[in-house]
Amino acid sequence: MTQLPIIEMRGITKSFPGVKALCGVSFAAYPGEVHALAGENGAGKSTLMKVLSGVYLPNDGAIVVAGKERHFKHPLDAIEAGISVIYQEFSLLPERTVAENIFLGREPTRCGIVDRRAMETEARRVVALFGEAQHIEPDALVADLDVASQQLVEIAKAVSLDAKVIVMDEPTAALNETECEALFALVEMLKKRGTAIVYITHRMREITKLADRVTVLKDGWTAASYDHVPTPDTIVHAMVGRDIGDYYAEPATAQEIGALVLSVRNAGNDQLKNISFDIKAGEIVGFAGLQGAGRVALARALFGAAPFTKGEVTLAGQSARFQSPREAIRAGVGLLPGDRKGEALVLMQSVSDNGMLTARALSNLAGHDKATRFASTTSMDALLRQVDVRAGNFSQEIKSLSGGNQQKTIVARWLSLDPKLLIFIEPTRGIDVNAKAGIYHLMRELARKGAAIMMVSSDLPEVLGTADRVLVMRLGELAGEFARGATEAQIMLAATGEKVGAA
Amino acid sequence: MTQPASMRNIAPARRRLQQINPVYFVLAVLIVAIAVSNPSFVEPTGYMNFLKRAAPLAILAAGQIYVIVSGGFDLSVGSLITLTVVGSSMLLNNNADATWWVILVMYVIGALVGLINGLVVSYLRVPSLIATLGMMITLNGVAFMWSSGSPRGYLPETFRYFGRVNIQGVPLIQFLPVALIALVMVGATFYWLMHRTNFGRMLHAIGDNPRAAKMSGVPVERVRVLAFMVSAFSAVTAGILLGGFAGVSTDVGIGYELQAITATVIGGAQLLGGRGSVPASIAGALTLTAIFTLLNFVGLPKPTRDVVQGVILIAAVVLATYRRNRTGT
Repeated sequence: MTQLPIIEMRGITKSFPGVKALCGVSFAAYPGEVHALAGENGAGKSTLMKVLSGVYLPNDGAIVVAGKERHFKHPLDAIEAGISVIYQEFSLLPERTVAENIFLGREPTRCGIVDRRAMETEARRVVALFGEAQHIEPDALVADLDVASQQLVEIAKAVSLDAKVIVMDEPTAALNETECEALFALVEMLKKRGTAIVYITHRMREITKLADRVTVLKDGWTAASYDHVPTPDTIVHAMVGRDIGDYYAEPATAQEIGALVLSVRNAGNDQLKNISFDIKAGEIVGFAGLQGAGRVALARALFGAAPFTKGEVTLAGQSARFQSPREAIRAGVGLLPGDRKGEALVLMQSVSDNGMLTARALSNLAGHDKATRFASTTSMDALLRQVDVRAGNFSQEIKSLSGGNQQKTIVARWLSLDPKLLIFIEPTRGIDVNAKAGIYHLMRELARKGAAIMMVSSDLPEVLGTADRVLVMRLGELAGEFARGATEAQIMLAATGEKVGAA
Repeated sequence: MTQPASMRNIAPARRRLQQINPVYFVLAVLIVAIAVSNPSFVEPTGYMNFLKRAAPLAILAAGQIYVIVSGGFDLSVGSLITLTVVGSSMLLNNNADATWWVILVMYVIGALVGLINGLVVSYLRVPSLIATLGMMITLNGVAFMWSSGSPRGYLPETFRYFGRVNIQGVPLIQFLPVALIALVMVGATFYWLMHRTNFGRMLHAIGDNPRAAKMSGVPVERVRVLAFMVSAFSAVTAGILLGGFAGVSTDVGIGYELQAITATVIGGAQLLGGRGSVPASIAGALTLTAIFTLLNFVGLPKPTRDVVQGVILIAAVVLATYRRNRTGT
């Protein structure tokens, strides 16, 4: 590489009392390139980027920008030096317009009054760079935009600040397939403009597609650094420090599949039409489809959270058109919501309390909280250990656990009730590779013990790797059924209802 | 934002100390201050009368914390106290034999008030602040109408027994106020219900995240209604004690709802729900009463007390937030 890097971080070390978050990490970003930064949660990616953006001061090491050593004391110093970071949690003001957000803190003024017209003109110019497909109105309220467009506003802000380096922290985490494609196009466009992109992600597919270089962090060290893009296996190996040949669990054998558990016939509500399918004991059925195709609506309907209004549903032979989650849980249905923080966790309570919640909810109100009909705190501790929840102790607040450990706690919650049907929605969203593998194996173990499992996921390789059978939904209907061994292309075809190119 | 990293590695002993609710330290300091400024406080007459005076507020706070933990407020308790006192005096009509059934009727009225509060909040989805504010105004009106504005200024001794009488001849402490027995009984029961039962755990869950609670099978509405009923029960109990202690008037309950909320906050409760403790709320009520007692010794008038209460309320929330950020709990 003959070009000089725009930014170079040399031997960065950052420790917090008792924890060494980064040990001598070096990292460089070159103009017009995408440098992927991979690593498990807690590997130090975010800390490294916070050092780069001036949020943290490093204990040791240097940051060199365009050949000059710099010491950022404040995030504004970094922004001035041309470094913009787009965090997963956007830093936008929802009740302000797109233009106001782009110019937040540096509004153009005329005679001391904010020059709205100049602001909107500039906003329009920046947004126009993104092309026709990505249009957003400068005077739209940010609160009215979807996640993808909000992200676009963040990117527009960075471009308008004339950022030389844009750091994107897991930008596709909340996006659907189409939105991801649009984002990828945008990244390509920024590359052509000579911007350096630091792209933080877990997802191998995105690295393969976008990156020019890859750096892998593990436990605060540089585990590997490549000037090219190696195979996903190599990267994952560097991330987890072991082979992941057993990443997905073995599929079910014919003997493992047992009696019919769930049967749905011509069921529907205002979001679902004419749904008919079965799930047997011991079987994992994956549900694929685009965002809004009705997969989550179907899961919620089965669980009684947004009930079916017509059709027939039976669970182990009993009629099962549940009108509330409580009713569904009583009958033996469990659901792990995709929005863990919003719909599953009580964040201020302990790990143990989170695990016990449903067991307590179904027991006598005045009954002893440590020994319910379904679980005792002792049996819950055993379950939590069995699903491998890693916590200092189970009486600590669940808030302090990683996403993967939180998710496993929710699995333990349902295990205590021994459900007949367990519904997983986006079970591995936002959790690291090791924990993902853990969840896949847990699902299979549950199936082997006789549960019927429904898995809704937007991660297609995950669906193909875990499910014994894949059902595809489109526009609130079932649009196809595939046995194990289907390809991504076949499923995308069914999900979109049209020919797709090699995705 | 992540928590400040500097607190991640504090020594275990200090950590354990930090986990003890600061309200107990504050209360201890105040008690010492009162004892110093008024040495007779360490005599049984001193501290027993203090506890007797604090008992109604402490019971009220122990009930209020149920609603606070569930994520709401109960502003109707003050006027329910008034209604209990005024209603009792009307029904009793100076007939001592009626005491027992009148007390029973008062608890039935309390249960109804709590039930209505809970139903309105749970099913009609009226914010608890508004629902119980409406109830507060309504009950004040009912109490006024019932007594036609002039309550009988007399409650029979049998009724006043609970708030006024001291059981004499108790070893070591010489005498024991009945109000204190009531506080211990209610406190113990409420402690058990909040911290040792499925109901208490679910209460925390619905205050923490009602959507997650619902998706986990918690009967959110039922639990919430019960929380309001517990609070109303505590208000009737406090009313019976206050009637005995202070006699009949139409403004006996005024301000008690805010004092009870202040007490729970001093006890470290999370406003908007999910965290709170019965013993700490009782300690909060004792702390508030101790502060008022001190101010009284110093000779500050009622308006100053109000100012102090307001400042304490805000300071308690600020301190709790600060402490939570520091310890990351």
